[in-house]
Amino acid sequence: MSNIPADLKYAKSHEWVRVAGETATVGVTDHAQHELTDVVFVELPAAGRQLKAGDSCAVVESVKTASDIYSPVSGEVTEVNQAVAQNPGLVNTDPYGDGWFFKVRLANPGEVGNLLNPEQYRAQIGE
Amino acid sequence: MPVFYTSIVEEHQAVRTAAGLFDISHMGEIEVQGPGAGKWLNGLLTNDLSKARVGQGQYTFLCNASGGVVDDLYAYRFGANEYLLMVNASRIEADFAWLQSQWSVDPAREQTGLHNRSDETAALAVQGPRVVEFIDECFPEPSDAGAAVKRASELRKNQVARFPSRNGPVWAARTGYTGEDGFELIAPASEAAWLWERVLARGARVGIKPAGLGARDTLRTEMGYPLYGHELNEQTTPIEAGLGFFVAMDKGEFIGRAVLAGQKAQGTKRKLAAFRMTGRSAPPRPGYPIFLPGATEPVGQVASGTQSPSLGVGIGMGFVLPEAARPGTDLEIEARGNRWPAAVVPRPIYRKPVDQTKTA
Repeated sequence: MSNIPADLKYAKSHEWVRVAGETATVGVTDHAQHELTDVVFVELPAAGRQLKAGDSCAVVESVKTASDIYSPVSGEVTEVNQAVAQNPGLVNTDPYGDGWFFKVRLANPGEVGNLLNPEQYRAQIGE
Repeated sequence: MPVFYTSIVEEHQAVRTAAGLFDISHMGEIEVQGPGAGKWLNGLLTNDLSKARVGQGQYTFLCNASGGVVDDLYAYRFGANEYLLMVNASRIEADFAWLQSQWSVDPAREQTGLHNRSDETAALAVQGPRVVEFIDECFPEPSDAGAAVKRASELRKNQVARFPSRNGPVWAARTGYTGEDGFELIAPASEAAWLWERVLARGARVGIKPAGLGARDTLRTEMGYPLYGHELNEQTTPIEAGLGFFVAMDKGEFIGRAVLAGQKAQGTKRKLAAFRMTGRSAPPRPGYPIFLPGATEPVGQVASGTQSPSLGVGIGMGFVLPEAARPGTDLEIEARGNRWPAAVVPRPIYRKPVDQTKTA
């Protein structure tokens, strides 16, 4: 069974969001990293980029293929995780911790309410 | 065959260090037999089949009149007048149609029989440096056709022999698509599950793993082996793909010979180059453009590319202008608008480190 922390929100496209004040941290879920296997490259958005919810803004590559990552929320990218760019294996080993992708200053905090809660996400992935 | 069972990297490493088992039953098997079979086939295939003795296999191409590759395949000589062509899954219909059309205009066609055995035939590939430690336990009896050997482990590279078993005969060929020692096993489809379980059970003590299409692709790419549809197609010749070694110009007439001889003498407009990324990069993927450093016009395009599990960097092959194909040439591969440095390298792209314990 996939690890789906209770304190996060989830997008149907397998990103997670951790909200602290006006800032949302975004990464990909344990289920996603398990499906991708062996992440070898991560391409992150530039700091300062304005994202709309649903924008394709990062790429994660496994040995087999490249997959787009979509921003679950709107806002400005305030920080990207250089550690995961340098060591993409962090996506596999610590998807909710050191494997985070980027932080966004929320333009519309209400959007977070549109995301899935842990039970809904678990149902969506069929577990 | 699934893309992976547990992980591409794990399965890849199992094949490089111990053993992996691939279900390659999707591949096609075309039987050609009769007193005219050898001579007829040698007029269609690029390699010199007359050099294959009973119990030998040969990598070869089936080319059209323009020298384009209808398929790349292994031709096995099972008996004096009995051959098996092991062909790509995606090409079974095209190959068989091509062979039938050639057969139907051959004046000596009553001397040759042609049968597509793909549906009733299964195949497994057991690959890796430790396969030799257990292969003989899979086939305890001496061979009864093909190469005459007491044990499968006595087969030399490219030899093939039939081994009796309680569940029917199995042909074992010492070849593969991974760059490692190993065998491809050909058996009636009804025996596939039994054979799969038997090889896994006998290989358990060396840590054999079932391996999928993903590892098969990374392993062959590290060796610079072509994959039909990527490095080879009906518009691409073996000479352009750098595989002229398997085209025997001295054997007499065969379909495509004139074009291939011209290319061999005069060179080609494009060449297949193997390359390795020179640092951390997005993995190269099929279709990405290839540039000389700083140039605005591409010199070619990636045909196959992946992250090499053995080397930890991106690797691939691409067709480029001849001046960009020499080993040592600096290249740039463009992925989603970003260019990443690469260099042309000789094939194979990955070479096993020399085992000091064996040479000391």
